[in-house]
Amino acid sequence: MEWINALVQGILLGGLYGLFAVGLSLVFGTMRLTNLAHGDLTLLSAYIALTVVGMGTARFNPLYSIPIVMVIMFVVGYALQRGLLNLVVGKGDVQGVIVTFGLSIVIINGLQEKFTANSQRLQVGKLEKLSITISDQLSVGWLPLVIFIVGVVVIAALQIFMGRTKMGRAFRAVSDDQEAARLMGVNTRHVWSVAMGVALAIGAIGGVLMGIRTTFEPSLGSNLLIFAFEAVIIGGMGSVWGTLLGGVVLGIAQLLGSFAFGPAWSILCGHVVFVVILALRPQGFLAKTVTA
Amino acid sequence: MSLLKVENISVFYEDFQALYDINLEVEEGEIFACIGANGAGKSTLLKTIAGILTPRRGHILFDGKPIDHVPPYKRVEMGISLVPEGRRVFPSLTVHENLLMGAYRGRKGPWTTDAVYELFPLLKPLRKRQASGLSGGEQQALAIGRGLMANPRLILLDEVSLGLAPVVIKRIYEAFPTMLESGCTILVVEQDVQHVLTVADHVACFLEGRISLQGVPSEFTPEQITAAYFGV
Repeated sequence: MEWINALVQGILLGGLYGLFAVGLSLVFGTMRLTNLAHGDLTLLSAYIALTVVGMGTARFNPLYSIPIVMVIMFVVGYALQRGLLNLVVGKGDVQGVIVTFGLSIVIINGLQEKFTANSQRLQVGKLEKLSITISDQLSVGWLPLVIFIVGVVVIAALQIFMGRTKMGRAFRAVSDDQEAARLMGVNTRHVWSVAMGVALAIGAIGGVLMGIRTTFEPSLGSNLLIFAFEAVIIGGMGSVWGTLLGGVVLGIAQLLGSFAFGPAWSILCGHVVFVVILALRPQGFLAKTVTA
Repeated sequence: MSLLKVENISVFYEDFQALYDINLEVEEGEIFACIGANGAGKSTLLKTIAGILTPRRGHILFDGKPIDHVPPYKRVEMGISLVPEGRRVFPSLTVHENLLMGAYRGRKGPWTTDAVYELFPLLKPLRKRQASGLSGGEQQALAIGRGLMANPRLILLDEVSLGLAPVVIKRIYEAFPTMLESGCTILVVEQDVQHVLTVADHVACFLEGRISLQGVPSEFTPEQITAAYFGV
């Protein structure tokens, strides 16, 4: 029965990985930019939440800081894209990788300078300890459950945004054919910047929730980036639900691995499952690629 | 005053010069045809007018105003719409969504999705289909419909008949009068000369980046046009 517990925890963890990953996928989809700083920017949101929560005399629940951090990260994403990353979009893969790699280093060192290399945590009080007992061996913590539900809701909202709104349609059009979209009157620089803003705002939700769930330190970003990459690839490029599925698969692999071989093996098991899926089904589970 | 005035433009792709000192004027409400062989510079001209390419020398005036520094999306707002060569519909979007993309800048005018479905009835049953699954002729109708959705004053049609069956080409040319009636001026690029010369008010023949012949089609003999087209 204990393995069922690990399985359920893995599924719940997958919601968090899905939140890390959709932004990465959205950015790659709309502008073919591989954002190596995505993990660090996600982590940055946790530090922003830490700052926001610590401000003033009334310390409030970090969960309530999420909307504020989302707005801040949207602005950061928009400005970053408009001011810097637009310069490298469409200039080939290498430029984007180099610039975002540099950005990643700047963020890591900036965080170390400001917050030291010590571990930090966002405290939510009682919610951390509450759980629902389903049977003797199986109990589900409220916090992981809330995080998973938030993940599903956010991804459903993103799906609706992409499918039903004018801006979502522009994202897909730009992704299909950038030049044709410009001919329709789409200001691609603006659309890319909004896409980056939305990606980082969603990443902010993941970042803050991660900060509530576990401790974090400035060097954690690269881990988040790898989990995000793996979730995107397992799920299949271009599919929002696939990304959530990828996150869930990764979460299950890590926690079942931890259950079977011990906690030290958790991350490695995730990577192994990723490599196996990459070898057997490189397009991912729910790939959605359309060509003319 | 002409709707579009192209003054002495030269356009380059890096070191390669595609257009040499091109001059032409398109009057409001007419059909202006650019003909010429593959690689003569016709598509380059249309892309330059739409703002995707920037001329190294010369100016473009739209409605009397220079638009050299106007970005493509603002040109759409001013009423310039390009239907690109090879259709370039958005493959993952549905037919209906493709049309809505055409109206992205929200310019007011007579063209709505309903008006496009009326002009090209073949699109109506396909409205929920992904554009990637359409035939070449359907995609071309969609691309023109999408261009019209911008409610342009000037619509630029690049190689509308390329690779299409004669019956489809006929249907597309049959749509021209409706487009003119809606207040559109048409600048059409074609390799297939015969059809377009029967409808065009003015023609410019391109040869290796230069205009080799320009004027009213009825004033030229077929021999003159052949000579200008092939440069013999």
